[in-house]
Amino acid sequence: MAFTQDHLLGIEKLGPDDITTLLDLADDYVALNRSDNKHGDALQGLTQVNMFFENSTRTQSSFELAGRRLGADVMNMSMQASSIKKGETLIDTALTLNAMRPDLLVVRHPHSGAVDLLAQKVNCAVLNAGDGRHEHPTQALLDALTIRRAKGRLHRLSIAICGDIAHSRVARSNIILLGKMENRLRLIGPPTLVPSGMEEFGCEVYEDMEDGLRDVDVVMMLRLQKERMDGGFIPSEREYYHRYGLDAEKLAFAKDDAIVMHPGPMNRGVEIDGTIADDINRSVIQEQVEMGVAVRMAAMDLLARNLRARRAAAA
Amino acid sequence: MTATLFHNARLIDPEAGTDAPGSLLVRDGVIVARGEEADATGGDARIDCRGACLAPGLVDIGVKVCEPGERHKESFGTAGQAAAAGGVTTMVTRPDTTPDIDTPEVLEFVARRAREASLVRVLPMAALTKGRAGREMTEIGFLLDAGAVAFTDCDRVVTDTKVFSRALTYARSLGALVIAHVQEPTLSQGACATSGKFAALRGLPAVSPMAERMGFDRDMALVEMTGARYHADQITTARALPPLERAKRNGLDVTAGVSIHHLTLNEFDVADYRTFFKVKPPLRSEDDRRAVIEAVASGLIDVISSMHTPQDEESKRLPFEEAASGAVALETLLPAALRLYHSGDMDLPTLLRAMTLNPARRLGLPQGRLSKGAPADLVLFDPDAPFVLDRFALRSKSKNTPFDGARMQGRVIGTWVGGTCVYDRTSEHA
Repeated sequence: MAFTQDHLLGIEKLGPDDITTLLDLADDYVALNRSDNKHGDALQGLTQVNMFFENSTRTQSSFELAGRRLGADVMNMSMQASSIKKGETLIDTALTLNAMRPDLLVVRHPHSGAVDLLAQKVNCAVLNAGDGRHEHPTQALLDALTIRRAKGRLHRLSIAICGDIAHSRVARSNIILLGKMENRLRLIGPPTLVPSGMEEFGCEVYEDMEDGLRDVDVVMMLRLQKERMDGGFIPSEREYYHRYGLDAEKLAFAKDDAIVMHPGPMNRGVEIDGTIADDINRSVIQEQVEMGVAVRMAAMDLLARNLRARRAAAA
Repeated sequence: MTATLFHNARLIDPEAGTDAPGSLLVRDGVIVARGEEADATGGDARIDCRGACLAPGLVDIGVKVCEPGERHKESFGTAGQAAAAGGVTTMVTRPDTTPDIDTPEVLEFVARRAREASLVRVLPMAALTKGRAGREMTEIGFLLDAGAVAFTDCDRVVTDTKVFSRALTYARSLGALVIAHVQEPTLSQGACATSGKFAALRGLPAVSPMAERMGFDRDMALVEMTGARYHADQITTARALPPLERAKRNGLDVTAGVSIHHLTLNEFDVADYRTFFKVKPPLRSEDDRRAVIEAVASGLIDVISSMHTPQDEESKRLPFEEAASGAVALETLLPAALRLYHSGDMDLPTLLRAMTLNPARRLGLPQGRLSKGAPADLVLFDPDAPFVLDRFALRSKSKNTPFDGARMQGRVIGTWVGGTCVYDRTSEHA
């Protein structure tokens, strides 16, 4: 088994071997992160730049911590405040940055495909930390690791993804990843929030939570992205909560040992009931955050190995 | 003036629907004889066509030449060279320049620039509403007098139905042709892809193909109400075809076009956000593409256009949603269209009709024919010659073609406008 990628732009580009290799290594990093000496040297001497064109606290901190724990020099650039406002194009920003010789570039951008575009112009390893509505690969990988650890496997599970599928890059990456690992996928949401064509990805689409949740092993809730609502997708938050918010009553339709996931940040009382989110027997939401650091360490470690090998071959 | 005999040609006559060997005699810029009569009369000059196809030059409705305003993207000089090399002998130009062509004064500037700089004929269109803002109609009468051949707000829909109905009524009284972009504008707002599997996979804001039909349905109601002469710039979806068929059957003065890109590419060609494939309306599904090809073959869709839209590198080197729309196509129109001939979807007279006779007829031009008395606007091409397209070899100032690196079949050998040679491939490579 091997990890063959130069960048981590999306789950779509990964094979099952890439995914398994990465998750196996992430398991090791979970152990490291739980120890008293949280230091590795896999990224020693390398420079990691976090370039966020969109606000993020959780993902950016997770990447930063992952890089520091493995010995990288980490720099955070908040791009909303910088040159983009001065009219510089994405490509020019990339070229400028590239001249500073970073080794790992972590990018979040509000437009689908922007990270792919950037990756074509730089000669370091690029990690997509979320691009528009397209992909958020490290989120899908940390979800996969969480599921694998909770369920003991990552195949032949019945998994429901619920809520705002249309605006969610998390949903898209998860659908692709869980599909590649041969799970049964259900998408549940109001039809205004589920894009057309999802059946063609091999998903079953449900408009009713109770039908959709019946006997599933995993319930993945999505954030109702208020900032993405350019108006009128749902009548009101309270009606959404009534029909699609996960509460004990709806969760009862899933398997007794079904786990509940949420990528955060949660809107309690909108897409998820607070007591479900806090139920340590069902909710793995905090574990997801923990897995996030480990998965990002593994991703950067593997990309750095390939980067070093590539540079050695070129030298 | 001398007479020129084109002999040993394969004459593609879109009017008669024939594809047969023959000769053509041209004198004083006009076709004066065909076949044996031409051979018998003979000419002072003889051009041996060596069995290649001789057809009327292409009449391309909807070419964007970026004068005035953005000459760094395309000028009448470069567009004219590109057209000549592509076998396009008449460019019907768009008014979506900077400023818009919405007054007789700007139109006269454009006409003068075209006369000075273009190798091929230029017939300008004018905006239907001032500033293409959809609020007040332009001086349609003055603009007609100044030479506008049609009125269009290009890719902007006149959303105010009252404004549009008055403009149509006024245009009808002058016999002016109105060309509209068919799209329900609020449904398609912000979209840069067609809804479906591809858009879902790439996470791009998408519009249902139904938006095109809704736009067309509204316009047909207005055409029925006003009796205007109407041409839909691009019909690109299967859903819009039954209403088009119905409108024609009911005797409305309606025609429709389609861009070469919607006939030869589909949404999956965008692949990893390749912005040279971003056009407006967005590329459609393969089912739509097939349906639209059939509509061209049956004559339901009348016109194939290049929708030539030059964009500089900067406006394309952006994330897909932010990148500019449009593709250059004057030089690739014919070779791309020949894909439909090579795939067996239609014969050459049918294919050429949509790029010659039909657009000429719609604009009331004498071009697009090989009959006696027609202007000697001609293209000589080898339909089989293979080549790989290199975008940097294009004559357009802008190189934004989706066909870069594509294998194509069919090359222009020579182009004549009014009997004068404006492009000669053999001399170019000598």
